[in-house]
Amino acid sequence: MTKQFRIALAAGVASAALTAGAAFAETELRMAWYNDGIEGEVMQDILDRFNADNPDINVVLDVLPYKAILESLPVQLAAGEGPDLARVTDLGGLSQYYMDLTPYISNPDYWRENFGPFLKWMQPVGAEPQISGFMTQLTVTGPYVNKTLFEQAGVAMPGENATWSDWAAASREVAEKLDIPIPMAWDRSGHRVAGPAISMGAGMFDADGGPALVDDGLKAMATMLYDWHQDGTMAKELWGSVSGSQYLGANEEFANAQTVLYMSGSWQIPQFAEKIGDAFDWWAVPAPCGPAACTGMPGGAALVALKTSEHPEEVGKLMDYLSSEEVLNEFYGRTLFIPGHLGLAKSGVDFQTEDPRAEHALLTFASAVPGISPIAFDLQGYVHNRVMFNALISRLGEAIVGELTLDQAFDRMTQDVEQQIAEKQREN
Amino acid sequence: MAFDTDPRAEPVRLSDRVYAILALPAMAFFRLFEWPLRFLQRILGIGAMPYVFLFPNLAFFGIFVITPLILSIGFSVTGGTNLFLQDRPYVGAEQYGYLLECGNHLDPTTCREDRFWRAIYNTGTFVFFQVGFMVLFSLITALILNREIRGRGFFRAVFFFPVLLSPVVVALIWKWILLRDGVLNAALVSMGLERILFFVDPTWSMFWAIFVSVWAHMGFYTLILLAGLQAIPPDLYEAAEMDGTSKERVFWRITLPLLWPNMLVVIVLALIKAVQIFDEVFVLTGGGPGTATQFIVQYIYTTGFANQVQNFGLASAASVVLGVVLFALTIVQLAVTRRKDEG
Repeated sequence: MTKQFRIALAAGVASAALTAGAAFAETELRMAWYNDGIEGEVMQDILDRFNADNPDINVVLDVLPYKAILESLPVQLAAGEGPDLARVTDLGGLSQYYMDLTPYISNPDYWRENFGPFLKWMQPVGAEPQISGFMTQLTVTGPYVNKTLFEQAGVAMPGENATWSDWAAASREVAEKLDIPIPMAWDRSGHRVAGPAISMGAGMFDADGGPALVDDGLKAMATMLYDWHQDGTMAKELWGSVSGSQYLGANEEFANAQTVLYMSGSWQIPQFAEKIGDAFDWWAVPAPCGPAACTGMPGGAALVALKTSEHPEEVGKLMDYLSSEEVLNEFYGRTLFIPGHLGLAKSGVDFQTEDPRAEHALLTFASAVPGISPIAFDLQGYVHNRVMFNALISRLGEAIVGELTLDQAFDRMTQDVEQQIAEKQREN
Repeated sequence: MAFDTDPRAEPVRLSDRVYAILALPAMAFFRLFEWPLRFLQRILGIGAMPYVFLFPNLAFFGIFVITPLILSIGFSVTGGTNLFLQDRPYVGAEQYGYLLECGNHLDPTTCREDRFWRAIYNTGTFVFFQVGFMVLFSLITALILNREIRGRGFFRAVFFFPVLLSPVVVALIWKWILLRDGVLNAALVSMGLERILFFVDPTWSMFWAIFVSVWAHMGFYTLILLAGLQAIPPDLYEAAEMDGTSKERVFWRITLPLLWPNMLVVIVLALIKAVQIFDEVFVLTGGGPGTATQFIVQYIYTTGFANQVQNFGLASAASVVLGVVLFALTIVQLAVTRRKDEG
């Protein structure tokens, strides 16, 4: 064996040992994520910096379809499998799988101070207060209108305190004058209906705090929606064309100026800013009023740490980094999301947009937060809220296409909620 | 070498030599099993060897068919939302009671679980028309493709091509054609006709669910029937022609009876596949409008996985009911086949 060969061999073994050592030292964290807009891209940039600053941790962002977060992740978690962190919207429904980060984060008081009101949305039923994650976005539901169409039709936009009936009539008038196929479109989602129903007087809970979905307020709103589908104000294609609680949005229709008014929420802002741009004036308007309130529904997505993680300390370190004011300011600013961080909400996020429509929409939704009904906040934090939303949308959909009468639909909503919650609460 | 000199021996072709060389590694591979098999035979006796050969298949069947079946039955008598069977409370036949309780079984609105019964009726309607049209169109296509027509190979490929496509792709293609601004509506509007919102009307939705399913799978059944047609001895047709038998009589008296075994296979396969329909229709119509095209497998999927409260017990009970229906269909098929064979 020549000297050179021996040196080369020794160098090779040493470098292999070093590489192997580094590989063994590196902890991989998996983060399940979904995208509404560009937030995956922004998060990846932030994680790249975190990975560079922390060579012992490698965070991998797994971007999944939203449906997988809703349907596959719960099964995975129930089976004791799953990622280390996940971005979820069913905050209460999955709370039993959340990790308590309190021992692993550097300053729990910072979290309580800045994320306090939202932490209870992630609270497992009957558990001690815990810190499980933070809101990647706070959302508020509300309508967007195509202001350009109103101007072209010469129809005045309903003003402050306008009701849903006012907006429906105005949208219908615009659509008739300009031959727009869909006067008004709502996301096919129980969550979207809940705010207007609360405005009409729906209480959502009984005196004991149990679910009470169907009451006069909800009936009033559901009847309006039913009537709008029958008279053509809303297109049956959206709510009538699929079964069960399947979500369908009308964002494409709105972006293509096929609808005058679109009831959705603040998470559409980045998408509309990018897709519509200045093609027409898309305008967010305050939540229309009913006799009881003028409210939308709060909501949002949270990044939560999961019990399935085998690396709680590394997860804590990552969450410390991601939840810092500086990182969140960048995240909310680039994604145009309403901040779920009280400090930033107060000081103001540096939103990176020069689009006046996006700025107006952000202002409209952000200023709607103080006016949100307490019932809406309670409903958002209620662990079985999706059971109520799903019963509402699926049965109302069946009534709209004529499979059930409205009264039958109301009875079935109550039955569905009772049956599903009873199933969930069965004792072992 | 003897065969070189034997004048009756056929000359050995090059291709045979190539195949012989290629077969050598395979032979060497199978030789590896010789010793363990001899050893097993010595221990178990020759009578047990068939079971040894059947074992891999039986193990596969046991793991992927029998075990899930037993688990399904187990889940169907439990409640709650826990994923692990041992942690779920036993509820007896409660899930079945919930599924099957009806004021009037012909009116789903009187049933406790109305969606299950609507799914049953929708599946019944779908199976009846889909299987009927599938067999009819496959037979017609096979009869045409069995004739000496120009471009026969091309047409056979064209009819078979949709079978190669993923059901999701098939459904998406047709969805784009049928949407409000799809190709079909654009064609209707260009002809001065009214736009039709196909997915809003229950009858149209069911029609397209059946149509797309027949279009996508017809090629496979056509191929089975074509094989059957080509196996019918031509001298029977020649004899019939010499006797001056009409074409209709030839079809009813020669073609159809001799094609019957293949027809039976087609009917049974189409029937079982139709009862299990899910992916194409789920992508095409989403089960809508309302629940007009929600079939039994979609009901099971929604109940078990898509709802927030994942009701595995109720979904399993519905699966067991579906399994019983399929089992009954198979028994009927076996009975019909046996009667035919004996007759």
